[in-house]
Amino acid sequence: MPANFDALASAIEQSEKDLLRRWIAALTAAGATRSGQTSDKDLKDACGRFLNELRNAIKNGAGEDISSEQWQNAREVLEEISTARALRGYSPVETALFVFSLKEPLFDLLRQTLAREERLADVLVASGGLLDRLGLFTTEVYQKSREEVIKRQQDELLELSTPVIQLWDKILALPLIGTLDSARTQTVMENLLQMIVDAEAEIAIIDITGVPAVDTLVAQHLIKTVAAARLMGADCIISGIRPQIAQTIVHLGLDLQVVSKATMADALSLALKKTGQKVERIAARG
Amino acid sequence: MLTETIETVPIRSSEDIVRVRQKVRFHADAMGMSLIDQTKIITAASEIARNTFEYGGGGELLLEILRDGARRGLRVTFSDEGPGIADIEQAMSDHFTTGGGLGLGLGGAKRLVNEFDIKSQPGEGTRISLIRWK
Repeated sequence: MPANFDALASAIEQSEKDLLRRWIAALTAAGATRSGQTSDKDLKDACGRFLNELRNAIKNGAGEDISSEQWQNAREVLEEISTARALRGYSPVETALFVFSLKEPLFDLLRQTLAREERLADVLVASGGLLDRLGLFTTEVYQKSREEVIKRQQDELLELSTPVIQLWDKILALPLIGTLDSARTQTVMENLLQMIVDAEAEIAIIDITGVPAVDTLVAQHLIKTVAAARLMGADCIISGIRPQIAQTIVHLGLDLQVVSKATMADALSLALKKTGQKVERIAARG
Repeated sequence: MLTETIETVPIRSSEDIVRVRQKVRFHADAMGMSLIDQTKIITAASEIARNTFEYGGGGELLLEILRDGARRGLRVTFSDEGPGIADIEQAMSDHFTTGGGLGLGLGGAKRLVNEFDIKSQPGEGTRISLIRWK
């Protein structure tokens, strides 16, 4: 065990309670605790566990390399804290401050304990370096958790935005919402074609009310989807063409090569007619 | 004619094309353009932004507000340092494409705006500016 860390571990052991109290005070002063988001008890618990693992790791002979096995437990505590903070919307600074706030109380403690010893400076440098690495580790974990959140949201969006609805017997509806980039269009097309088989559909209504702009790429995606559906024996109707979209389509010189209607209701009415079905008002009972 | 530069938007990925549309929409709306005019300039900008990214290898969008007497307009200028266009007339003609698209982007964009200007030389990149007056 490096001698510098030895002094650190014994200093922590001697006045753990006092150090904990001053660390929490420093965290509060730095604004790294959000009242209401993390209760005082949870914060105290987290700090206590980290101090404990920090001391244990050094006692077990852990060196400067925090990726080593001896640091495993301390890393797990930090991972847990960083992940929880990332999910609760803490900023990266607030997360990193968890470890960095320990510096000042710890350095004060070391100064008192090793007051007249020559090795004080060496111990301070070694401890500072160690806390820096641990602090950066929390930022790294934080970053990873945020990336996971973003990835999950993207996946959710991909699924959310491409539902295929069975509207009536043999009639499907596909309401498109937002930007049609190639990844989403691929999902849309696959879902639609699969549903055409599953529902033995004859008509698919593609509604573009929620698509903010139809440019040539969006049009090309639509034309391909319609052509693929046609190969599987289903006709498409495009609905939800707003006046401004109709005008831009004309100016662009696009030919969608498909029947289109202004509203979903018009499209459904046409679809019912094409499939030989009828919806009637029930005569008033009386 | 007075020109006021608003901002520049880099075009480096396909996500940036979405940002281009959002920026153009925001500024067109802020200057009080009608929904139809907004949709026209947004669609035209979307076409050219995609060309800048796919054929020009990425570039930049410059957004400007123009004042000409009582008239106000939005100018969007796309520039890239890509391979350039050898035959502009051919590129502008409908249904001509080198990339598997519909070949309506350039001509369509021109029809969607009031003023269209294209400058390009092989090896020297392309610069296209569009103006939609309010």
